[in-house]
Amino acid sequence: MIEFRINRTSGTPTYLQLVQQTKQALRLGLLGVGDQLPTAKEVVAATAINPNTVLKAYRELEREGLVEPRPGAGTFIRQSLAHPGGEVDSPLGVELADWAGRARDADLSREDVEALAKAVLDQTF
Amino acid sequence: MSHAEEPAFEAVGLGRRYRRGWALRNCSLRLPVGRVAALVGPNGAGKSTLLHLAVGLLAPTEGTIRVLGDEVRARAHPRVAFLSQDKPLYRRFTVADMLSAGAALNERWDAPYAARLVDDAGLPSRARVGTLSGGQRSRLALALALGRRPELLLLDEPLADLDPLARRDVMATLMAEVAETGMTVLLSSHVLTDITETCDHLVVLGGGRVQVAGGIDDLVGGHRVLIGPAHQLGTHVPAEVVVEARTTSRQATVLVDDPGLAPGPDWVKHDAQLEDLVLAHLRRGQLPDTEQVPA
Repeated sequence: MIEFRINRTSGTPTYLQLVQQTKQALRLGLLGVGDQLPTAKEVVAATAINPNTVLKAYRELEREGLVEPRPGAGTFIRQSLAHPGGEVDSPLGVELADWAGRARDADLSREDVEALAKAVLDQTF
Repeated sequence: MSHAEEPAFEAVGLGRRYRRGWALRNCSLRLPVGRVAALVGPNGAGKSTLLHLAVGLLAPTEGTIRVLGDEVRARAHPRVAFLSQDKPLYRRFTVADMLSAGAALNERWDAPYAARLVDDAGLPSRARVGTLSGGQRSRLALALALGRRPELLLLDEPLADLDPLARRDVMATLMAEVAETGMTVLLSSHVLTDITETCDHLVVLGGGRVQVAGGIDDLVGGHRVLIGPAHQLGTHVPAEVVVEARTTSRQATVLVDDPGLAPGPDWVKHDAQLEDLVLAHLRRGQLPDTEQVPA
């Protein structure tokens, strides 16, 4: 089960924050096929947002084929976004951690590294 | 729900006059079932008057008002609950006494449910109301209102005088009950930030009139902010779509309610923020000679 955080000043619509956080958890393997999402009541009791916002986020995830509602039971993950080899402890992840360490040793700040990574990603993808 | 087609709340041409003048005039509103609506406006805008009309504590001077499909009468509707700003609690009663009073005073009363809400709020049943904090009193008053198992819940400034933690507790309790029951909520507030996350519908009152009303997503999506050269304002932006225009000597910043409008290459279009939109409509409502369009 995951817990949502709402950033009230980000400018990103609340339902989209819920969608993005669910996808992030799917990519990182924190959520897998068959896992249940918190019920609308559980989410609003923890975050004090509108329940229709939660339902809108879940409908969007359903439309993208990632979750399925089971009447009377809740909303469950249908499809994972985790790619084999995309975990932090995979060979690529270990290589990246090693590279990040070298960048830090070369006195690059976090912002420098993020800018560099984004530039390289923009060239590659 | 028994009245799926009926709006939970509907006012047509509603007005109320006191000796000093009109508190509410020409108010037409529809609130669909299941919405959580914020009634926003400055002090004296007519918010409390509208809520009192909805529960029959005041009679309209003109127009009609219906709740859950029924015309409002002088007695409280059995499926409507109202929590007034001065929370109706007796200081010398204990929490348990207040629950007994709730059971005795209401035709529809769900005693186990009210007791659970009081318990969830951590209120000791033998504590006297006078010894509770503001936040605890709000939770108790909310439990008493919800104990009626309302289909429509009206709250007058439920968050006034509460600290941030208590505000959040009260709203979280309220939203959890909305999630469970699907009830319709109309709550008044003069603090906009309290309600932007919790409400999906907005009614802006100003000067005793409805300035703007609708689903929050629709309202935000239906407005744009345009920035362009001030000298083109009169010629490039039709006056009838302008909610508010501010100009410096060179630049004009205009809130319009036509998202498709494209005045020309010198203009930049931005998404509207809810707060800008509300403030602009409120400022427009304060102008003495504005033509009012019923929302």
